[in-house]
Amino acid sequence: MTTETTAPSNPRRRRFFSKTDKITLGFFVGIPTFLHIALVWFPAIATIYLSFTYWTGIKLESIQWAGLANYENIFFNTPIFWDALRVNTIWLLWFFLIATPIGVLLAYQIDREIRGHKFYQSAYYLPVVLSLAVTGIIWNFLLRPDGFVNGLLGLPISEAISFFGDDRYNIWVIMIMASWRHIGYIMLLYLAGLKAIDAALREAATIDGATEWQTFRKVVFPAMRPVNIIVLVITIIESLRAFDMVYIIYGGRGGLPILGVLIFENIAGEGASMKGAAYAVILFLLSIIPIITYLQQQFKEDVK
Amino acid sequence: MTSAIKLPGKKKKRLYAQDIKDRLISIFIGIFAILWIFPILWTLWSSLRPYKEIRAGGVFSPPQELGLFNYQDAISRMELPTYFYNTAVITIPAVFLTLLFGSLIAFVVTRYSFKFNVAMLLLFTAGNLLPAQLVFIPVFKMYLAIGDLVGDRRFLYDNHWGVVLIHVAFQMGFATFVLSSYMKTIPKEISESAMVDGANVFTHYFRVMLPLLRPPLASLAVLMTTWIYNDFFWALVLMSTDSKRPITSALGRLQGEFVTDYNLLAAGAMIAVIPTLIVFFVMRRQFVSGLTLGSTKG
Repeated sequence: MTTETTAPSNPRRRRFFSKTDKITLGFFVGIPTFLHIALVWFPAIATIYLSFTYWTGIKLESIQWAGLANYENIFFNTPIFWDALRVNTIWLLWFFLIATPIGVLLAYQIDREIRGHKFYQSAYYLPVVLSLAVTGIIWNFLLRPDGFVNGLLGLPISEAISFFGDDRYNIWVIMIMASWRHIGYIMLLYLAGLKAIDAALREAATIDGATEWQTFRKVVFPAMRPVNIIVLVITIIESLRAFDMVYIIYGGRGGLPILGVLIFENIAGEGASMKGAAYAVILFLLSIIPIITYLQQQFKEDVK
Repeated sequence: MTSAIKLPGKKKKRLYAQDIKDRLISIFIGIFAILWIFPILWTLWSSLRPYKEIRAGGVFSPPQELGLFNYQDAISRMELPTYFYNTAVITIPAVFLTLLFGSLIAFVVTRYSFKFNVAMLLLFTAGNLLPAQLVFIPVFKMYLAIGDLVGDRRFLYDNHWGVVLIHVAFQMGFATFVLSSYMKTIPKEISESAMVDGANVFTHYFRVMLPLLRPPLASLAVLMTTWIYNDFFWALVLMSTDSKRPITSALGRLQGEFVTDYNLLAAGAMIAVIPTLIVFFVMRRQFVSGLTLGSTKG
């Protein structure tokens, strides 16, 4: 907006640059940009290239072209990849259909300043500041064989339900744990958005006789479009990249297959190979649409 | 607000119904909220009891001994001070450099018009969104190669500076994005008059802009500290010596090691949570505004 009005003054201003100013500006931009490109963009592009090769060690000469072999290996010879993809899809659907709507609902009710809203807000927000590693440990206290839930069910240790070991339960238990943090996060983002909405808008709708649901759907939700997009993008990215919590629950060995842990097993430690690079590229491709959506949303005005 | 206005009977009835509904919603959300903090309270409770009591009498056995003994044990046996020190030498420089570099780029991009301003911003913001796994392999090999070059394999790999650099490189993108959208709201006239007064670029940044950036810098500092403190991935993959790892990553190993004394682990986890709880109670305003700065622009 303001760029138009200041544009004519630019040539005039540029004349003020002395030599030291030019050098200073060069350093100001140069050092951070160099670091960012060298440690983010260059490696990202290198990984895409490496996913078509075989490479162990650090000597560049030992890189061998592999064509699509790594990808073929993943798609046709690694059934666990499909298991992981299935789990990540369930994760995404759960977040999208259950956790995110709950977060939005909470934000909406808390924003209406219902009784006790300050305490509620704090309670839901608390898990957001905890690391996922700590989250894993905390929930283990409830779910381990001699933990709270098994105690509540009156099961002795020998008959206790293994919530993380049993395939019937583990995915749902982990979904609940992940939602514990996700819901609070979404609530915070949405709450900030709701605060920015003109209260008169909602009051007008109420006076016109709109029910609460109608007000939300027809007035509040459309007005929240920018926040909705961010929330959607975060929901997708978080469910694709889930790693920490599952890693810490199973100590990095097996357990519930998810893409994040699968990639980790293939890029770091003894199992490292360029198959891991191919996995990372697949993860990147899966998250490219949300990334672009996010950038479009944020740069709408700038690109005009 | 609306109840102060005289309303016809029908509307009044509706408001009354709404009141009851609100109360029910409040109770429902309240029960949910107590369930929400229960896992933390339970861990806290467990950390105050000896594990042998639970082994003997089950989780609901009445406590005979209550105290901070698990905490004393955790501090000495888990070497928590070492891990806290490791966290500090990673988090403090990383947050400082992220804010410095992010504000420099944002400053140049918003205060000086170059052709590639938007492209620069896009580069940094998009870079921040790339998955960490996508950049790991080359970073790892580069760290090793640079280490060989200077004759010390642990120059960057398995060294806290290596972890600091990758955090700075990544988080700089977010800081740049947030700070540049904030700087756009600062009137250009301030910069123009500074330049007319003969301020060079250096003075313009340090004396004029930086003081104005205090609020978003504070929010970002709190947010970045929490993120880097909570990071698990980078410290796990870029460090091989366990005693150099920060506390969050160390918890993973401690969990395996102290599996025989779970309540000790509870105390360890509670201690590890203290810095984030400080953020929660003392600096929540900054944390929340930092979190939402990037999301509710425009």
